[in-house]
Amino acid sequence: MGLPDASGDLSSEMEVDAFRRLFPLRFYERHLAESIRPDGRPLGRARDTTIALGAVTSADGSALAKIGSTTMLAAVKMEVMTPSMESPDEGCIAIDFHMPPICSPIVRPGRPAEAAPVVSKQLSDTISSSGMINLKELSLVSGKAAWMAYLDIYCLDADGALFDAALLSAVAALFHLQIPAVSLNDDGKIVVSEEDGGKLEKEPVNKEKRKLTLRSIPFSLTCILHKNYILADPTSEEEAIMETLVTVVLDSSSQLISLYKPGGAVLAYTSAVQDCIALTRQRVRELQKILDEANSGMEVD
Amino acid sequence: MEIDRVDGRTANQLRPLACSRNILNRAHGSASWSQGDTKVLAAVYGPKAGVKKNENPEKACVEVIWKPKTGQIGKLEREYEMIVKRTLQSICILTINPNTTTSVIVQVVNDDGSLLPCAINAACAALIDAGIPLKHLAVAICCCLADSGYVILDPTKLEEQKMKAFAYLVFPNLILSVLPEGSLKVVGEPMEHAIITSVTQGAMSVDDYLHCLDRGRAATAKMSAFLRKTLQPQISSDSSKAG
Repeated sequence: MGLPDASGDLSSEMEVDAFRRLFPLRFYERHLAESIRPDGRPLGRARDTTIALGAVTSADGSALAKIGSTTMLAAVKMEVMTPSMESPDEGCIAIDFHMPPICSPIVRPGRPAEAAPVVSKQLSDTISSSGMINLKELSLVSGKAAWMAYLDIYCLDADGALFDAALLSAVAALFHLQIPAVSLNDDGKIVVSEEDGGKLEKEPVNKEKRKLTLRSIPFSLTCILHKNYILADPTSEEEAIMETLVTVVLDSSSQLISLYKPGGAVLAYTSAVQDCIALTRQRVRELQKILDEANSGMEVD
Repeated sequence: MEIDRVDGRTANQLRPLACSRNILNRAHGSASWSQGDTKVLAAVYGPKAGVKKNENPEKACVEVIWKPKTGQIGKLEREYEMIVKRTLQSICILTINPNTTTSVIVQVVNDDGSLLPCAINAACAALIDAGIPLKHLAVAICCCLADSGYVILDPTKLEEQKMKAFAYLVFPNLILSVLPEGSLKVVGEPMEHAIITSVTQGAMSVDDYLHCLDRGRAATAKMSAFLRKTLQPQISSDSSKAG
């Protein structure tokens, strides 16, 4: 905290970088007073987002999503398993989020990031709450065989808004997913079909590769609340200084899938909640467009 | 349009609350909080010297350890630890004892729905019992949304699983408090109307969520009155007992 005058006197003589390191909160507040952030963005704008589908060719579905510098790689691998007794016509999705040491200087092999299991659970909850995937579509033979989809998301660069980027890459990977063609062979086992059409003794269970039908797709936006400012899509520096985060997940039909505010020094009044939701609505439209463009870009190939 | 609940409660009715403090001898502060059959025990040790790595040494730090009733510690426990830690950090005055760590251990005794709110209430009562300086109290509640759009409070485990969506909400509660410098005091909206924490699951419309906020807020008045009454300083020192 320090004396209120100290930074004022030094700021005229100090370099910008030094001031940024020594008095980070004052540095940011100077910018927020002019409704802008150090990287030049207005308060409500998210960073540039790109999605590349099919980044991992060995996986059944994959996507690389970048929001600013935050990079996430998601891949889906499918495996046949026997469904559980309680739900014999449903498949299963297992979602896991990893933060390998490459993503951030604070993550080391013996010291896993605290954020990793939290984001992992948030992702599983969000994808199951949104009802995006109908698990019955993953069924092959009722009671005997169903698909198990392993969705792994790797953080390659952690620069704030980890949940947003992870959700975006997970959704894009599921969008890109093509379920392999399989058939039932004589032993009653499911095998992957040959490329050049099934033989007569094997009855194809899945004639050709098919995509999942995704119902409403969830998109999210993380905002920081600081005094009476709302900053959309924070970088890791902003997250470290102003710790109150609100993540809103909306789907394409404007249903609220999740409003996640895990504590934080700043309290959220109803007006702040509504502003965050409005910013998220706008962001959902942008992300929907980016996902569609990435998809049509792939189909051209 | 009334909704029938299995235990015969109305939509706005909470389960019977029970709170006891100072139940553990060795802990600096302890409390147990139960809402119906859901019971959580919280213990506070601290402040201890030093902060963990990656924490700011200019402020005090809160560390939360969540112990489930059965099973191994997994992602759910880590998430709950993070949520309880951030919620408690927002109510503690962190600048009074810098470079110290206060440990809060949460032990789940029984889970019958609304577990996280029960744990936050227990942790808040334990912090008070330990004498940790707080800005204001935190009162937590669970609101469930039925398919018909009806909001019910304090669900049991069966109700939570059957319902379309639910939200865990934590509201601040104060009689008098010092507002942080420069914070927004919204005209017409007192501080009790803001949320400290919100965790939702299941899809709901935005209006339903705002409706849950209103209902939750109204119910926290009852809970906080109960909390304050239970935590009045006890006159005789041997009135504490385990359980």
